[in-house]
Amino acid sequence: MLNIVNKSATERNSIESCLRMAAKGTAVLLIEDAVYAVTKGSEGAEKVQAAMADLKIYALGPDLEARGMAGRVLDGVNVVDYGGFVDLVTEHNTCQSWL
Amino acid sequence: MSDMMDDMEGGEGVVKKFMFVNRKAPHGTVYALEGLEVVLISAAFDQDVSMVFTDDGVYELIKGMNTKGIEVKDFSKTYRALEGYDIEKLYVEKASMDVRGLSEDDLIVDVTVLDSAEMANLMAEQDVVISF
Repeated sequence: MLNIVNKSATERNSIESCLRMAAKGTAVLLIEDAVYAVTKGSEGAEKVQAAMADLKIYALGPDLEARGMAGRVLDGVNVVDYGGFVDLVTEHNTCQSWL
Repeated sequence: MSDMMDDMEGGEGVVKKFMFVNRKAPHGTVYALEGLEVVLISAAFDQDVSMVFTDDGVYELIKGMNTKGIEVKDFSKTYRALEGYDIEKLYVEKASMDVRGLSEDDLIVDVTVLDSAEMANLMAEQDVVISF
């Protein structure tokens, strides 16, 4: 299962719900405004940090760069480009978008 | 919008206090860009304009954006042009920066940082408040 979230952790509860319900060992890809949740010192980063023990966390690089956040990514987060996004989708049998 | 225009054109030489409140992150939705464009339009009406950045709105002012990869317009540099339109009252709520791990040094323009009580007072003294 690949979980995909595109909403800011400080505006919606999508990331929180995803992290709570995602099965152990599954992947979570943060895109668009969700990428703020992997930036150091943010409230969302605390939740992501805690979830990293059980989940593989990915973030979309172009979305981080567009928001001026590429230099603030939490250690342990895998930053991928659009090609990496495609790879993740093909590597997993199912995708779930947490809108 | 038509209400706003009515307010802005209301009476010769009447200057009202207009506040534009920005609470959304850039790029993910169109609110930030649209809000900025309305502020630029408002400059033509010679009103007392303030811009407030709170909650995810503080992300609008982050330095060093590069939107090439997502193929959208990088409008963040436009905030630096606001001064040229005599829009110089930019306010950021401190608590909003704190929960996001941000400081004034991370911002592309000079702002006045207010605590939540100061922000409340500023909002209370406005004639018109427009939210994005």
